[in-house]
Amino acid sequence: MAAEGIGARVLRKEDKRFITGNGRYTDDMTMPRMGYAAFVRSTHAHARIKSINTDEAMKMPGVDAVLNGHQLVADGIGNIICGWMIHSKDGSPMNMGAYRALESETVRFVGQAIAVVVADTLQQARDAAEAVIVDYEELPTVVDSLDALKDGAPQLHPEAAGNLIYDWEIGEEAATNEAFANAAHITQMDLDNNRLVPNPMEPRSALAHFDPSEEHYTLYTTSQNPHVARLVLSAFYNVAPENKLRVVAPDVGGGFGSKIFIYPEEIACLWATKRVGRPVKWTSDRTEAFLTDAHGRDHHTTAELALDANNKITGFRVKTVANLGAYMSLFSSSVPTYLYATLLSGQYNIPNIYANVKAVYTNTAPVDAYRGAGRPEATYVVERMMETAAKEVGMAPAEFRRLNFVREFPHQTPVIMAYDAGDYEASLDQAMNAIDYNGFAQRRAQSEAAGKLRGIGMSCYIEACGIAPSQAVGSLGAGVGLWESAEVRVNAVGTIEVLTGSHSHGQGHETTFAQLVSDRLGLPTDSISIVHGDTDKVQMGMGTYGSRSGAVGMSAISKALDKVEAKAKKIAAHLMEASEGDITIENGELKVAGTDKKLSFTEVSLAAYTAHNLPEGMEPGLKEGAFYDPTNFTFPAGCYICEVEVDPDTGVVSIENFVAADDFGTIINPMIVEGQVHGGLVQGIGQAMLEHTQYDEDGQLLTASYMDYAMPRADNVPSFKLETTVTECPGNPLGMKGCGEAGAIGSPPAVINAITDALGIRDMTMPASPNRVWQLIQDNGMKQAAE
Amino acid sequence: MTTVSLTVNGKQISGEVADRTLLSTFLRENQGLTGTHIGCDTSQCGACLVHLDGRAVKSCSMLAVQASGSAVTTIEGISQNGQLHIMQKAFKENHGLQCGFCTPGMIMSAIDMINRLGTDLDEKTIRHELEGNICRCTGYHNIVKAIKAAADEMAEVLQAAE
Repeated sequence: MAAEGIGARVLRKEDKRFITGNGRYTDDMTMPRMGYAAFVRSTHAHARIKSINTDEAMKMPGVDAVLNGHQLVADGIGNIICGWMIHSKDGSPMNMGAYRALESETVRFVGQAIAVVVADTLQQARDAAEAVIVDYEELPTVVDSLDALKDGAPQLHPEAAGNLIYDWEIGEEAATNEAFANAAHITQMDLDNNRLVPNPMEPRSALAHFDPSEEHYTLYTTSQNPHVARLVLSAFYNVAPENKLRVVAPDVGGGFGSKIFIYPEEIACLWATKRVGRPVKWTSDRTEAFLTDAHGRDHHTTAELALDANNKITGFRVKTVANLGAYMSLFSSSVPTYLYATLLSGQYNIPNIYANVKAVYTNTAPVDAYRGAGRPEATYVVERMMETAAKEVGMAPAEFRRLNFVREFPHQTPVIMAYDAGDYEASLDQAMNAIDYNGFAQRRAQSEAAGKLRGIGMSCYIEACGIAPSQAVGSLGAGVGLWESAEVRVNAVGTIEVLTGSHSHGQGHETTFAQLVSDRLGLPTDSISIVHGDTDKVQMGMGTYGSRSGAVGMSAISKALDKVEAKAKKIAAHLMEASEGDITIENGELKVAGTDKKLSFTEVSLAAYTAHNLPEGMEPGLKEGAFYDPTNFTFPAGCYICEVEVDPDTGVVSIENFVAADDFGTIINPMIVEGQVHGGLVQGIGQAMLEHTQYDEDGQLLTASYMDYAMPRADNVPSFKLETTVTECPGNPLGMKGCGEAGAIGSPPAVINAITDALGIRDMTMPASPNRVWQLIQDNGMKQAAE
Repeated sequence: MTTVSLTVNGKQISGEVADRTLLSTFLRENQGLTGTHIGCDTSQCGACLVHLDGRAVKSCSMLAVQASGSAVTTIEGISQNGQLHIMQKAFKENHGLQCGFCTPGMIMSAIDMINRLGTDLDEKTIRHELEGNICRCTGYHNIVKAIKAAADEMAEVLQAAE
């Protein structure tokens, strides 16, 4: 291993600017003559707009313009798209209602943008937005997805009768029903996955600029995928052709999925900047973020697991209703289908699976991918069911899992996925050792002696990352290919710039991507710079989400490095009069094997650019690009075990021990991977114990600030014990699987399994707030007393 | 408009501000000190935390005019002669940051914690004291580790000086 190569705990190159206050986030930028945007937003969850009166607002100081949806449509700005077509089980395409960046006829959720004000200062813009008078005719409201499916429920979109977007299925229904008909035991549960707000700490922001002399737009924005933003803004929203639109995602303060999508505000700022003739900046405040960032999760599920007389699983039947909110966001349709139900086999050999998913409109904010996107929902269903089924048939949860583990690879599940590699028992053993599972009984006895309840719960998760083989996702309805691109530019003095279509917003690509190059060429990471996030610099890319930057983004860099190395070897062989096959690259030098002849990488690079003495017919320069399209998904997996203590007097749950044992395949930088797991775990623990998005029956968001939405704080969570096992992914050149989402995927069922174990109950709904836990203790006590 | 005069990172400045200008806005927009971040509207997240006359304040929760006559230190003002503050160095060495957005507030809060409580800090105290700073990336694990490491190093420095 090179000192800074693959596997080294290299400190992050990007840190210096962040710890000194020199990060450059979108809202940090200003431009000459810049105006500020503020949005007029719906105060009703469902209403017809009778009129929009801007007279007073237009007279206010500093106001340039108050623009609404009528003008936006007249200017030819297209409706917001959903980029993944799902067909219902009857073959019909999904029922999608029109979604405009500024709505002028019917608003369908609180916070929906109606008009935009541009003024000299932010305060002037906000004051003027307050002065816009929107006259509403209120309409009946529905916020829960099960209510939205009922007869007589308020109807949101004429295109979606009964609020049904699609009624989709996967797997073999008849064969699965037969497994249930022959089952020795059936476990059945109702499982809700609570609605979450992603909450990256940097609110969304957009700074748009139009240069009339060049007819050219620039957009600085908080995006995880600026190239996808440019593509969609250009091809579907008709802002400008791609060559006349530059999208820059500079430092971005976290995303967790919520910054994948192209939102109304970015479209409106681009459109407004041309109309008002000045740069326009908008930055979300936190309440706007709660109201309008795409939310996550929100499933109601009924699941049934069929076992034979030997406790082997024979069938799994799942019915899920997914709340997609008032409009379909960019990848919303794929989350409760191909990112969810394809993972319902978990780590287990399940011969028959059938899942039915209904996606539903409600008068709430749009719901889309949030860290894990579908896979946390699947893992929650599978791992709650496994724990409960084990207890129902009288087996230890670990032994029941062992009995049903997939042990041979490749393994084709009944729900599309072909697992390529893994060792699930190794993770389980490692986690059980690390938490001293055998010592739990004694620890429980100690807790009981102190008047506390102690519980332990596990979760053996699997997820699908490395998103994704383009042809495969294309056949499933995706509107884009999910490859990644890279360009390795060697400068004349041998320093290197790597241009990547991945985007780092906390993941540390500037370090890990440089480590890959350092590993290959033996150069120090200081001489390697990573360029990303600017459509003028990087030609094309698909961005960062779905834990894809390592497995897909770095594979593209690896492919480009293959080409750079091949050319450098040709030049070195020519200069040293050796055979190309004898050249090796080591420690920044190109050597002739078996001799002491060598050239430094700098000498070879310089030769490529001076071009005084190159092999016959070779082009000057040393710069190579590559596109990498994955051959399969990757399958990170692991075992998380949570141990809790509950105070029965207050219902307060404290996590006493938490172990995560993950198999991510090859790890480039363990320090960064551990950080990704820590963060994911706390988001998952947040879902399980603290976070919940609450709308009232009128569709008003009750949890729209940090006073009301319980974000995990430092004193809510423990420090973690992390372990890893490694089975290399055979599908990509580096053997990587991806680590960004695992923590959020695997942890919620481990926490709930631990709390239900402590309380001696079967069912509980997330989040396990003290109030809810205390109530369950009272109910359970009364039930036991009655028995 | 009101004139405010204050010291920011050791430099005496004055400027005309609208009365309702927040200290955070004044620092970011009038002074171009964009290391102080705005992460919420309710003084919960702590991304805007600065030191006012040596004490931690959330700069989104006070007016610029209230800071007139005071000395403000922001994240840009804690390195000395190009040398990182021990706390900055500890955040880097312990991977106490990911996206970097909460980081300036975290570092300013952590320095204040040690100023108030001394360097003998255990994990529980550090976690409790961080209640006013939200991070969504790190899960706090490495932030806690960084603060502990910095506190230990500062204790050594103090001991050596004695």
